[in-house]
Amino acid sequence: MRLDPLILSRLQFAWVIGWHILLPAFTIGLASFIAAMEGAHIITGREVLFRISSFWIKIFSVAFGMGVVSGIVMPFQFGTNWSRYSADTANILAPLFAYEGIVAFFLEAAFLGVLLFGRKLVPRWAHFVAALMVALGTLFSAFWILSANSWMQTPQGYTIVDGRFFAVDWLAVVFNPSFPYRFAHTVCASYITTGFVVLSVGAWLMRKGQFAEEGRLMFSITLWLLLLLVPLQIFLGDQHGLNTLEYQPAKLAAIEGDFRTETPTRLNLFAIPDQNAATDRFDIAIPQLGSIILTHSWNGTVKGLDQFPRQDWPTVIFPFFAFRIMVGVGLLMLALVIWANWMRRGGRLFRSAHLLRLFEFTAPLGFIAVIAGWVTTETGRQPWTVYGLLRTVDSVSPSLTGWDVLVSLLGYIIAYAVIFPSGWIVMSRIVRRGPEVMVAEDEEVESGRPGHPITELPALRTGAETQ
Amino acid sequence: MTTLTLGLDFVLIWTIILGVGVFFYVLLDGFDLGVGILFGLAPDTASRNLAMNSIAPIWDGNETWLVLGSMGLLAAFPVAFAIIMPAVYFPISVMVLSLIFRGVAFEFRYRDSEHRSLWDHGFNYGSLLATFAQGIVLGAFVQGFRTDGYVFTGSSLDCFTPFSVLVGVCLVFGYALLGAGWLVLKTDGRMQSWARALGRWAFLGVCVAILLVSIWTSIAFPDIRSRWFSWPDIALLTPVPIVTAVVAWLEWRTLNRADSEAGPFIGAVALFALSYLGIGISLFPYVVPHRLTLWQAAANPSAQVFLLIGTLFLLPVILMYTGYSYWVFRGKVRTDVGYH
Repeated sequence: MRLDPLILSRLQFAWVIGWHILLPAFTIGLASFIAAMEGAHIITGREVLFRISSFWIKIFSVAFGMGVVSGIVMPFQFGTNWSRYSADTANILAPLFAYEGIVAFFLEAAFLGVLLFGRKLVPRWAHFVAALMVALGTLFSAFWILSANSWMQTPQGYTIVDGRFFAVDWLAVVFNPSFPYRFAHTVCASYITTGFVVLSVGAWLMRKGQFAEEGRLMFSITLWLLLLLVPLQIFLGDQHGLNTLEYQPAKLAAIEGDFRTETPTRLNLFAIPDQNAATDRFDIAIPQLGSIILTHSWNGTVKGLDQFPRQDWPTVIFPFFAFRIMVGVGLLMLALVIWANWMRRGGRLFRSAHLLRLFEFTAPLGFIAVIAGWVTTETGRQPWTVYGLLRTVDSVSPSLTGWDVLVSLLGYIIAYAVIFPSGWIVMSRIVRRGPEVMVAEDEEVESGRPGHPITELPALRTGAETQ
Repeated sequence: MTTLTLGLDFVLIWTIILGVGVFFYVLLDGFDLGVGILFGLAPDTASRNLAMNSIAPIWDGNETWLVLGSMGLLAAFPVAFAIIMPAVYFPISVMVLSLIFRGVAFEFRYRDSEHRSLWDHGFNYGSLLATFAQGIVLGAFVQGFRTDGYVFTGSSLDCFTPFSVLVGVCLVFGYALLGAGWLVLKTDGRMQSWARALGRWAFLGVCVAILLVSIWTSIAFPDIRSRWFSWPDIALLTPVPIVTAVVAWLEWRTLNRADSEAGPFIGAVALFALSYLGIGISLFPYVVPHRLTLWQAAANPSAQVFLLIGTLFLLPVILMYTGYSYWVFRGKVRTDVGYH
């Protein structure tokens, strides 16, 4: 058997970034949630908000740590497996990646320490500011990394000399056509992902009873927020889709499973795309809906894959199915959020054990949608790394053999199969202990970091007195 | 953008930034990787906890320098990045995997106590392997790569040579010495004497290794030999080995004094600085040794300036804060603070 270093490198990249992306998807939203709880606590003075915030900071600490270590892998992937891509795009993308790193470092060094273990060392407002800065920092990190990702999807502001890209207009590079949509859609996705985790944990705390007050409040606040965010996300997704239609029509045709150009265009709900025969099998489609959604007109034409050379087609089944999973989960979320908010009438929401039991299982929803959305956009970009300009096959390191990559891929698979389930166990353990216990245990300091770096400070004694 | 360059040599500016950045990484992650290496030799749970506590608040900041270093290399010298990284494919893969295990061990060994011995081993072997892998990278870097123009044409196994393995072992002793110096600084009593004793062994290993690597380098690489031994360079450069010998003697003395506190750490830092300087002298102006100079591998000025603007603003702030956080956690680690 001949091992293909290209396929294996792609699998390896998908594997390491697929796991990594779960953590920022969670921590970006969680950082903002924590900052909001801290702010609300200062304004209202309600202690329960403080307990909620402290509880989630513990979980944030573990998730952020895992995000850092799994993130260190990423820049090295570019060099080891994608050296030609790195060499050709570095003059444009490397500064964006570097800004991401430097911003992450800035937030890490300056504010994370205060947020994680400065509770008793600084006044409450300063702790709130730290939470706010960490939240801002995660958003800036997302800004730079998504700008780089978007440039690969919709490049502009460049010139090509000797097969390498050079920037001619940095503003055009950073704010490339798909970036605003991708940024809004991704950040919103992160907020929603976190939201459903909070709902799940809140429902569990309520059912368990010991920390019902905390559980009820975090559940209720988040449910209101999601009533706004989920419809907003559907709107943003639609806008992003229109942007894809304009700049990456072949990707959109693959997402829709449109092998032939038709006027008016139908909407495939389900099908088994057959790439070789260039046709959909077992398709269930709604006439004209494709035109209505994508061109916002009754008889608009959407280009099918027949308008593009075969060698420029993505592998249709990946974006096709991933997109349907993403949208399906999105609609399920919408239904859940509307239903639960409806149940508020007459106070039935918190009395319904069935509803709470059901919401305990909603935590994975956002993660599934994020992964599905990522698969849609990245496999839809194929066969290019820089859309229309640099092929994936020309991006891989020329020196690698299939065996090289197989060995490293096995290493990453084994390592992540140990690390991520362990992280999951550690975080569920924090959840199972609940909010109040965690605050009391602060005195015992069993976290990953020393709770009181400066023992002489009076803050420690005050802390001990509260026990 | 070119009008912005004002005749400044941005390649030189980035060389300095990256040179300093990599040195910071080597020092900072060096001592906490070193603590991880010594961790496996610690006599009991209490001293293992203490060793871990001494680096817990700072290790992740230290590691972030690695991301900055690699991204900085990509941004400032993309051609070098594209040649070096695939050439050291396996050591880099082993390094990041080791760093993952070692990084999560900090949180996991306290929250997942049933598997504590797994995480303890992860921390210890992770530190050891990450260090050894970095040494292989350095050794492979010094010996050079097979290239054709801007492309690495060798195999992924080229980097494993007796020379690079020797440099790997050398770095393990070096980081262990830094780690021992750090523990002498941060602990007292029995733990401190233990660290001092291990420091002496690490020091002897470092001395042998530096000597072997220096001799080997000057025999195997004619361009490096002529850098050091040709007139008038030899007159200018002779102080480097002499100062190194003096520092080594001072380090040995302070490691043997029962009242030494900061001495062993400062001495280890000085030895690293001198070795780093030695490597710099040997290789300058090459960024892909024996093949491409810094100027040949550099990014175009537009990209360098674009990144420089933010870096010049953020880097000093980062440095100040790093200094501040070390100041906050100054003094001895105590058994009653930190993990239990």
